[in-house]
Amino acid sequence: MTWSDVGWLILSVAIFIGFINFVVLALTYLERKFIGRAQGRYGPTRTGPFGLFQPIADVIKLMSKEDVLPARTDKAAFWLAPMAVFVPAFVIWVSIPFTRDIAIRNLEMGLLFIFAVSGLSIVGMIMAGWGSFNKYAMLGGARAAAQLISYEIPLIIGVLGVAMISQSLDLRVIVAEQGTWFIILQPLAFFVVFTAGLAEVGRAPFDIPFAESEVVGGPFVEYSGMHWSMFFLAEYANTFLVAVLITLLFLGGWRGIGPATGWGEDVMMAFWFFSKTMVVVLVIFWIRTALPRFRIDQVMALAWKFLIPLSFLNLLLTGFYLFYGWSDWSISLMSLAVLLSAYYAVMRRRRSQIPRPTMVKVPVRRGRVLG
Amino acid sequence: MTTGQHLGTVDMLLNMGPQHPSTHGVFRMILTVDGEQIQDAEAVIGYLHRGTEKLCERENYRQIVTLFDRIDYIANFNSELSFVMAAEKLMGLEIPERAQLIRVILCELNRISSHMLFYGAFGTDVGVFGTPFMYGFRERENIQQLFEAVSGARMMHSYFRVGGVAQDVPEDFVPRTRDLVETLKRGIDQCDKLLTYNEIMLERTRGVGTITKEEAIDYGLSGPTLRGSGIPEDIRATEPYLVYDRFDFEIPIGQNGDCWDRFWVRMEEMRQSIHIIEQALNMVQDGPIQTPVAKFGFVKPPVGDVYVRTESPRGDFGVYLVSDGKDRPYRVKVRTPSFCNLMALRRMLEGAYIADAVMILGSVDIVLGEVDR
Repeated sequence: MTWSDVGWLILSVAIFIGFINFVVLALTYLERKFIGRAQGRYGPTRTGPFGLFQPIADVIKLMSKEDVLPARTDKAAFWLAPMAVFVPAFVIWVSIPFTRDIAIRNLEMGLLFIFAVSGLSIVGMIMAGWGSFNKYAMLGGARAAAQLISYEIPLIIGVLGVAMISQSLDLRVIVAEQGTWFIILQPLAFFVVFTAGLAEVGRAPFDIPFAESEVVGGPFVEYSGMHWSMFFLAEYANTFLVAVLITLLFLGGWRGIGPATGWGEDVMMAFWFFSKTMVVVLVIFWIRTALPRFRIDQVMALAWKFLIPLSFLNLLLTGFYLFYGWSDWSISLMSLAVLLSAYYAVMRRRRSQIPRPTMVKVPVRRGRVLG
Repeated sequence: MTTGQHLGTVDMLLNMGPQHPSTHGVFRMILTVDGEQIQDAEAVIGYLHRGTEKLCERENYRQIVTLFDRIDYIANFNSELSFVMAAEKLMGLEIPERAQLIRVILCELNRISSHMLFYGAFGTDVGVFGTPFMYGFRERENIQQLFEAVSGARMMHSYFRVGGVAQDVPEDFVPRTRDLVETLKRGIDQCDKLLTYNEIMLERTRGVGTITKEEAIDYGLSGPTLRGSGIPEDIRATEPYLVYDRFDFEIPIGQNGDCWDRFWVRMEEMRQSIHIIEQALNMVQDGPIQTPVAKFGFVKPPVGDVYVRTESPRGDFGVYLVSDGKDRPYRVKVRTPSFCNLMALRRMLEGAYIADAVMILGSVDIVLGEVDR
């Protein structure tokens, strides 16, 4: 490795971190606007044209806030926790290709690297929960530990199906293999990975560790200023990561209509990649506006009783498909059938357990109660 | 399992409130939790105590109406109504029909706006990010604009007087209310679609915070909290006051007495309120809006005492009024529904999760101004 290599590496890392920060800021603006519209409001309008400078105003506010250190905290854990969450969330981006040619370091074991590093952020959550000397933070930390570790399993096993079909853990190869998008070949895996991915980064309806109305922000409750904004950046970077992974693994990555050579190819690849990612991001925001939050025991039940069996089933199906060389449509139909029957089984079980609500109204006629 | 048992665990004391974001004001619960499950709960109230009952003893009858606005600050008209009716009953006043119908319409609209606030707060408690809240407030805003046109104030109206209402409604009141009712119908349906039958919502609320019929009676619950347990008790129907004996409507009752039932009862009550408003709008005719007593503000009930109860959005709102013949009451005692409903909270919270605690409290729909008075 020569000096110029090192220089390039540092430069590209700096550019990427700047880029991710920009994306995160853009996402916060987008989320405010989108959720505002969904709720019949405008969202930010006062800061610049269309409220575009709202994220910048937020950053200024966060930087100028006092960094509070509550009494009787475990100082080391308290100050290190934001780093422990922030660093993995950004290190992941090293191995993510944005187009076929643009990546800091495309790794042959890219998928493995991503899941290995993303698992580290749990440590930061627990440290924040423990170090804050706050019961709500502790509850949130415990919830985070339980939830995030549980959802690693269906997430990874769900992704394995994709890796098996494309015979690689290299994200570039996985995208190159998607002549038909893997969402068509593997709807079951898509469902499992998307759900588990949401839970893994703690987005609604799985935002149990950070639930505002229950544990008041969970592990972050005692943080303020820049340390809080590190958690915040990590959260949005992770949201974006889920969307990017879904795009890369299931939606054909940068594949799309466009010229096959020249600089136009790169531009179109980036265009398709970001359009698809944005669609997934908007779906994630949409889910947040529309769905109530699960309870912790229900979330754990969902992971262990529902998603993990489904992900293993997906693994099994994919194995048969590869071993016996079934045709593409058969696996996609079977995968879909399993998904639908699982849905049906859950609905059936739920109805039998708690009867559908029966509604009774007692009529009142001119001041007399009938019946 | 056996290895874990001798380790032993200690229950944690979790202090929820008074600054917790979802205690609906300044309310405090001291929860004893084992992990996520609640072993015991203690409600601490009194943070919003303003001594309204004592204040009533040194104000005259017209001034007291403003104090009653501030008892139940979500359903101001309903709480004004209880006091005004108590004074009227003591004086034996006959109220003009137009005033009675205006009161009914405003009170029912206020019931809808109160339930809309409940809907929004409950949605947030269950964990939707603000969408039900904004939906609920959108409908509330429409209603409050009408209230502003009628009384000049969005919340603290002090519009009812002993013997009638303060001034006549605007000329376009009836057509405007008809428009509002149509808007509200659409709004309620939209709110219903967003939350009521959502699968996660059903999973979260069914069978949680259950209170049986017998328990509900024993705890002295009232209003939607009581009807959620399956008892068709509604003062508007069982002991009609004002002109409620002229309307046809239905009392929705729950089957299991869980959070969902209480939620659904309120959603359905909004529709019934609209039904009542529509009937009342057809009956409104021109005429006087006050008895002369109210016009000149000269209220001096004879010596005696009286108890009046009305159906506020939260339940049985009773006023006990003692007069010694002067122009201000000797004693006023208010029986507020939230305060009594809150007594069942401990029973409801038994064995629930921390996440449910917030929701169960939301499903009782307390207003702290009314609990602490």
